[in-house]
Formats: sequence, C-alpha cells, structure tokens
Amino acid sequence: MSIVFISVAALVVLSLIFGAVLGFAAVRFRVEGNPIAEQINALLPQTQCGQCGYPGCKPYAEAIAAGDKINKCTPGGEATIQALAALLDVEPEPLDAVEGEKPQMVAFIREAECIGCTKCIQACPVDAILGAAKQMHTVIVSECTGCDLCVEPCPVDCIDMIPVTQTLQSWKWEQPLAPGTLIATDRESLS
Amino acid sequence: MPLLLPMSELLLILVSAILVNNFVLVQFLGLCPFMGVSKKVETAIGLSLATTFVLTLASICSYLVQHYILEPFDIEFLRTISFILVIAVVVQFTEMVVNKTSPMLYRVLGIFLPLITTNCIVLGVALLNANRSEYTFIQASVNGFAAGLGFSLVLVLFAAMRERIAIADVPKPFQGAAIGMLTAGLMSLAFMGFSGLIKL
Repeated sequence: MSIVFISVAALVVLSLIFGAVLGFAAVRFRVEGNPIAEQINALLPQTQCGQCGYPGCKPYAEAIAAGDKINKCTPGGEATIQALAALLDVEPEPLDAVEGEKPQMVAFIREAECIGCTKCIQACPVDAILGAAKQMHTVIVSECTGCDLCVEPCPVDCIDMIPVTQTLQSWKWEQPLAPGTLIATDRESLS
Repeated sequence: MPLLLPMSELLLILVSAILVNNFVLVQFLGLCPFMGVSKKVETAIGLSLATTFVLTLASICSYLVQHYILEPFDIEFLRTISFILVIAVVVQFTEMVVNKTSPMLYRVLGIFLPLITTNCIVLGVALLNANRSEYTFIQASVNGFAAGLGFSLVLVLFAAMRERIAIADVPKPFQGAAIGMLTAGLMSLAFMGFSGLIKL
C-alpha cells in the first residue's frame, strides 16, 4: 500500500516543482505587447497617410500581425511588400491600390497663391510643410512622402503633386533577378 | 565510476548518436518533423536548434528524475509518465524563451514548437538513457545533445535537398511527398553505411 502513496507523492512533488519553474519562467520571460507588430512597424514607411484604411502605420502593423494583408501600403509600394513578405515568410502579393503603384510624388505649393491658412500644415503627417499663419508656406522636399493629404484641405488649391524626376544623382541600378528566375524556362516552371 | 570520463568515451557517444545510430535515419524516431518541417532550410535550422535545446535539457532533467526520485523510491514503473511530464515542461519552457528572445523564430516554428513534446526522439533518448544504467550524468546529457545534433544534421541536409527538388524536373507520379519519401529512404540507406564504423 505504501508504494501507492510514494508514487502519488513523488508525482505530486515533481508536478509542484515543474509548476514553480514554469510559473517563474512565465514571469521572467513575459512578452510585452506584440514584438512582431514592432518589427512590421519598423518596415512600414511611417508616412502615417492612412491609405491602407488604418489611422497610421502602427495600427496597420498591428493589423498585419493579426493577419491582415500585407499589400495595402501605397507609399511603401513594391519594396515594402517584398520586405514584409520576407519578414512574415508569406508570398508577396501585388499592391492593392485603385491606381496601382504611383510614381514617387512630391507636393509643391504655388507660393504666390498661398494665403497662409496653415490647413495643409495641420494635415501633413510628417511635418514636411513649413510656414506660419498669414505667412507663405513651403514644402521641405526631402521630408515630403507624396501622400497627398495636404491637397484636399487647401482652400485656394495652390498645392500640386509633381512627380519626382529621375536625375543622375537619384538614378539606381535595377534590382537583379532572384536566383532561379534568371532564365525564362525557370520562370515558366515556377509559375 | 569516476565522474570525469576520458574524452574518447564522450566522443564515441557523440559519433554513435550522430552518425551510427542516428535517431531519424537509423532508428526511425521523430519522422513527423523530419517530413513536416523540411520544406525550407531556414525553418529546418530553427526547429533543429529548438529540438537540440529541448533534447539536451530533457535528457538532463530525466536523468535527474530517474536517479534521484524514481530509483531511490523504487518506483521505476512511473518512468514513462514522469518523463512525459519532464518533456512537456521543458518544451513549454523553451517556448517561453523562444517567444521572448526571437519572436520571428517563434512565428516560423508555429505549431511545430509545441509538437516537440510529441517528438519521439525526446522520449526515446530519455528512456534509452534510463535503460543504460551505467551512464553517468555527463554521458547522458552528451547523449541527448548528440541526438539533437544528429537530428539537426539530417533535417538540414534533407531540407537542402528538398529545396533543390522543388525546382527540379520531377516526373509527375513522383512529385510532392512521394519524392520526399524516396529521398528520405535513400538518405537512410546512406546512413546505414555508418554502422560498420564503430561498435558500442
């Protein structure tokens, strides 16, 4: 009869020890927030433009972490989708936007027509517009992400979106093809 | 038996568990992750690391349980259930550590991490260690570590081959799982060739 008690006691003691270890580990290795959402957020362009349907990049990152599609970021374009696909180990998808990927745009204020209402400054998600009330505003080109959120609020319609032209300074080589897709027959066998 | 054994004996255990008695290809344990997680090399490496860690820790813990709880009280019939308890705890612990240190690996491994619990190698190594009562603490833990290394070796090799096969021109009847099984069989044949290397 004593063997029964010994067995039960041994198992109970074992379980208690292991329970204590796991309890300690749960406290020691607690994960705050969702670390994946942080990593996704780091890949998004931080334009906070809201074109994905979420109120900014962080909420979209959290939505992706919860299973939303990765192809809704228009300013990020193809490059962001590729980076997200690599991070999350899923297939990259074509950009999900009405007019597809737009060329890189930048806002331009026709300064002679600007009345200094500051409405565009309030709309700009990246603080790329410089100016004060009753003063002429202008766009800091290197900060502008081309999200066109400033076009709508302008009461005198003096903001144009102009495409960024390629100069000798901004031209880059095209990305090389991925291995395994170099030859046409390879691409056929993949598809 | 002295606590510190000659290195040659530990080396022998290493070679034995990695090549000669490889747990996957010679003893046919742990085939489910071997077939399931070998589609991509990166995932395979991640699972190998996690499994090696779990195996080493589980063989250490199960050795302690066997020698300080089960044997003194003469209740060795509780071996299986207590080892399963040990393994489940170790896996749960690993899961917490991986989630904290490498969330990406945690996401990639996904369901396979908890499934290490049911990986037959883990229980197999613990039970084999317990059967060999002459094993010391260090020998038992080296055996567990070596079993993990052997598992990692074949899993990564197999994943690399399957990545190649995925873009190869495979005849229609052999596509998919069939060619995977065939490859595994051929690999197993190759590993059987090590059986003449040493005798334990």
